[in-house]
Parts: sequence; structure tokens; C-alpha cells
Amino acid sequence: MNIHEYQAKELLDKFGVANTPGGVASTPEEAEKVARSLGTNNLVVKAQIHAGGRGKGTFTNGYKGGVHLCKTANQARDIAEHMLGQTLVTHQTGSDGRVVRKVLISQSVEIARELYIAILIDRAISAPVIVASTEGGVDIELVAEKTPEKIVRMAVDPLLGLQPYQTRKLAKVLAIPSGEMRNACKLFANLYRLFIACDCSMVEVNPLVITKGGVVLALDAKFNFDDNALFRHPEIQSYRDLEEEDPREVEASKSGLNYIGLDGNIACLVNGAGLAMATMDIIKHHGGEPANFLDVGGGATEQQVTEAFKILISDKRVKAILVNIFGGIMKCDIIAQGIINAVKAVNLSVPLVVRLEGTNVEAGRKLLTESRLPLITATDIADAAQKVVAAVKAA
Amino acid sequence: MAILVDSNTRLLVQGITGKAGGFHARSCMEYGTTLVAGVTPARGGELFENKIPVFDTVHEARIETGCNASMVFVPAEFAADSILEAVDAGIELIVCITEGIPVLDMMRVKAGMKDSKSRLIGPNCPGIITPGQCKLGIMPGYIHKPGNVGVVSRSGTLTYEAVWQLSSRGHGQSTCVGIGGDPINGTSHLDVVKMFNDDPGTEAMILIGEIGGTAEEEAAAWLQANCKKPVAAFIAGATAPPGRRMGHAGAIVSGGKGTAAGKIEALHAAGIEVAATPADMADALLRRIARS
Repeated sequence: MNIHEYQAKELLDKFGVANTPGGVASTPEEAEKVARSLGTNNLVVKAQIHAGGRGKGTFTNGYKGGVHLCKTANQARDIAEHMLGQTLVTHQTGSDGRVVRKVLISQSVEIARELYIAILIDRAISAPVIVASTEGGVDIELVAEKTPEKIVRMAVDPLLGLQPYQTRKLAKVLAIPSGEMRNACKLFANLYRLFIACDCSMVEVNPLVITKGGVVLALDAKFNFDDNALFRHPEIQSYRDLEEEDPREVEASKSGLNYIGLDGNIACLVNGAGLAMATMDIIKHHGGEPANFLDVGGGATEQQVTEAFKILISDKRVKAILVNIFGGIMKCDIIAQGIINAVKAVNLSVPLVVRLEGTNVEAGRKLLTESRLPLITATDIADAAQKVVAAVKAA
Repeated sequence: MAILVDSNTRLLVQGITGKAGGFHARSCMEYGTTLVAGVTPARGGELFENKIPVFDTVHEARIETGCNASMVFVPAEFAADSILEAVDAGIELIVCITEGIPVLDMMRVKAGMKDSKSRLIGPNCPGIITPGQCKLGIMPGYIHKPGNVGVVSRSGTLTYEAVWQLSSRGHGQSTCVGIGGDPINGTSHLDVVKMFNDDPGTEAMILIGEIGGTAEEEAAAWLQANCKKPVAAFIAGATAPPGRRMGHAGAIVSGGKGTAAGKIEALHAAGIEVAATPADMADALLRRIARS
């Protein structure tokens, strides 16, 4: 799950991670009010969307840039007026862009140095690792590629947690002046506390800055949360912004389905994440393009299968559907009944290829045959992929 | 011969009175697994299927029945505690089927298990089966056939796919191990591959992996240096978009790491036959065997 920059700042504030003062606004009037309350003439107004590259983006109304510096509250109001309700296109949004519904107004600072710090879980050692670099403000992947020696990794013992001496070591790695060391250590300790308390899978502060006045601040923070742990964080769940998500995915998540939208035209419905990925792969191998990843899970009900099918059918890009089920916990007759219900409920206008195997497969096949639905049956996974690709080409 | 489970396995099911726990406990029993106990807190004294005693704690179940393996079906919020309870009671093999356990919980469990004698398989896995002897998991038993191919995989249904291909071509399995799709798991591909290498009953292996992490690469490097048995592999997720979690919590390409292409290259480099598609897993192994 992703969150907005203004929500990230709320979290930083809550855990005492030093950052710039600011506030969020949904109208130009609110923007002016927030700007005035900051009591400074160094301001920045930032469009709030879940995509990077905002500064270099362009609005569809011609206004350039989703990040603007300004001096007065009136100027902040003007900038907000140009952004709010408008569509911002960046290199990460695709050509459709995203509608800006909120802007963040915060104090801008004069930067002396830009640093980098992130915390994530290192799977190889099953422990949190802190990644730090003196090369902040740029894409860290590029730093890792070109100057790997400038990236330092420090593992944290899962049971002990981050120790104060480790924060001092980090301050030295980042060449933070002795006078600012205490504040920097406090920032690192609080960031780690936030990471653990909120069940993050990653938190990345880029840049972490030292201002010309010598203060250490988290200027921008990006969070990833562990979806499996959201049940114990209602406050983070409330940050979810459905407007920023693929509507097909929002619909699927309401039915408890694991769906990821892709750009192709062959929809697939599969049980199990591994088999679902492998089904996408084999479609591609035979010259087709998958329209989605969809894992109906091990214990899906007839109702869920019907809902899944409706989502697939409602996607206008879809030219054919492939159902690939290897029943373990999932019973083939349940899948078959779900398909029959869905096809009856909606008008199936594209070819449907079905491959069933596993638990109760005979009962499932019998249901499908007796339904007299116009579907194409496949004997195995390769046969299914070839048939669905051929069906799209014939259409 | 086989690894991890066989006819001497005495099974305990944690969460036996739940819907999934009960269903699969019954299915394991029907397959021939020796089910000796169940645990559900505050339900001690009941009988499962009129014969299997249910206990309040794993400790009691261990003392009363001598169970040596546990299958965990406890809901995700409580699963970490259940695993640690089984570790504390000295259960040798703990297989956690539960999906959706928070990563930080598993991180603490793994750190807490460091000096214990228990082995954890999973979580978020289909379990283990030694065909004809013991089924300790949620896989459909009938697709398996006793034999000499070891199968290790992160994915449940993809394992069934490989097993079905093997069985339909007349090749049985020594043991099939589902290690689970989470980023932090108890047992890795490498751990299982080492056991298969030492097992005289296993003559060849299929290793099924997916995008994310570096576990497949580690297994490949070890196999190249240490293993003479023929190995075939398949990696799922070549078409997965970067940065998206593909159902399994661990199946994600991030920062250009954990790609299918990188894993396939490492496997090839180690002399492992890589299946071009998921339909080709058994045939890839047969090609590899024919070459050796």
C-alpha cells in the first residue's frame, strides 16, 4: 500500500522524526491559510499524487510542474488554484495522468548536503537492514550501480533492535558534524521505531538533508507497508486512497481477490500465486499478452469466483479469457459453478478457454458440459495457452 | 527413503477444531498419515472424529502422545505464537500452512528459533508429502506416486503441476516440499536441496522458484559445487511487472533484484536444466537425466 507525502509527514511528526513544517490543503483558500500559518517566506507547494517525477511533470491544462517554490501565502494560493482538480502527467503516471485532489504546503529549506537513509527487511539474513549513503537526492539505484562503495549497509538484530551506538556509527558514515550528531542519532532512532511500530516493509528518506543552518531533516519520505500486518494498523489503513488505485484492483480487493491489472488482452483466472504467474508466463511464451494476474486463492467460494469473472469480463481490453485451475483445497466443481453463474449473469462476448485438473475434476467437467456454455476445453496448461492465444488471433 | 516425513511421523494439528484445520487433518488421516493429536486452546478434552484427543497446549500433546511433527492452521494473527509454542514443546518438525503472517512476526520467530532443534517449513506453504507414507499438508494426495524424484517449491499449485507431469509420465516422487511464498521462511530451497542430496532415495530433483529474493541463486551455486544428481528447475514470474507483489508476499522484483531472468541465468550457469514453460517441468528433468 502507498501513501501520500502529506500522510508520510504526519507519520514522521507522530514519531518525532525531524522534518519541515507544513500542512495539506484541498482548496486554494486552505492553501493560503496553511501558508500563512507557517510564518515564513520560504514556501513550497507540492501536488499530492502517488507517483514520482512530479517536479518535471506537466498538467493537462498546460501548467508546468507539480512542485513550485514561492514567497507569499497569496502566491501559494495561486499555485494551488492551478493544480487542484487538474490532471498531472509525469513519467510514472502514464499518459492518462492523475487528478490532483490535495496539495502540500511546507516550508522550503536551503540545503547544504543531501544524504540518503532507508530501512528495509533483508530476506537473506531475516533482519532489518539500514542502508545509508552520502549521495542523497538522486536515484539510489544509480549510486548502487556506479559507486557501490558509497552505500553502507548495517544489519539490526531483530530481537535487540537498533542500538544507540549504531546510530552514532551511522552519523559518522554520513559525515554528520559532531555538533549535530545528537539530533541525527535521535532522528535515526525514531525512524527505526516508526519502521517497527507501523510494520513497514520499507521506509526511505531521500533526501535526508543538512540545511545551510546545520540542521538535519527528513525532507522526503517514502513508505511501504506490509499488507499482511495492516489488520493491526487501522490508522494506516485509513491512509489508503482508492482514487489512486486501478479501479479493477479496488473492485477485486472488495471481494478478497488477489488481482493486478496489466496491459495485455488475455484475462486469466488461476488458483495459487505461483501458478497464476506461470500462466501469465506461458501466455506470453506462446505469443499472447496477459491482461492481469488473478489468484482466486485456495479457499475461494462460488461467489468469489463469480465476482472474479465479472471483473475480467468488464475489462474492455480483454479479448479472451483463460481459466487455469489445479484444484488442491480449491475444488474444480466450485470453480465450474462460479463460471456458469458468472456467464449467465453477464453477457460473455469473448472466447473462454478452461483447463481444470485436481480435486473433483470429473464433477467440474460434467457441470461445464451440461451447462452447454460455448467454451473451449483444454487438456493441460500448454494446450490451454495455445488455444487462448489462437482464439485472440482469430477474433 | 525420503526426507522430513515418513511412516514414523506422528502428527499433531494446531488449530484442529477450525474449518480448514479439521478438513485437512481428516484428509491427511485418510491418506494414511498417523494423526495422534490436536491442539486448540480452551478445547482440551474433546475428541476429533471421535478418536483423536484435543489438548489445550502443545506441551501436553507432546507428553501424552509423543507427537513429533506439527501442522499449523492457526489464523495469521496468532500463528507466530503457535509456532513458538511448538518449538518450546520440542516438536522436531513444524509445518506452518497459514498465509498472511506479518513479516516482522516471522522475523522474530526465526530469530527466536536460532538455537532450537526444531525445523520450521513455511509459512504460507502447502506442506510436505512422502507419497505412500505420509501427507502433512493440503495437497491433493492422489496426484502423487512413490518414486525417486524430489520436488521443492515456493508455490503450492505449481508443485501440483510438476507432480502431475511426473506422475503422468510414470515417475514417482521421493518427497515433495513446499517451502512457502513468504519473504522470511523457516527452510530455504538450499536447505531442502542439501537434504535431497544426502537422501539415497532421491535420485533427481525439480526445483521450482519464483521472482523475489536470492534463494534460488544460492541453491544453484551450491548444487553446482556439491551435487551430482540431475536437477531441473522452473522460475515463475518472467512477465511480472517490477515493484508489484504477485500474490505471494515474497514474489516481488524490487530495485532490479530478484528477476526471473537473473535466476534463470544463475540456474543455467550451474548446469541445471531450466524448463521454458510451466508445462515443461517434468520433460526438462527427463532431458537432464538423458544427458547424464
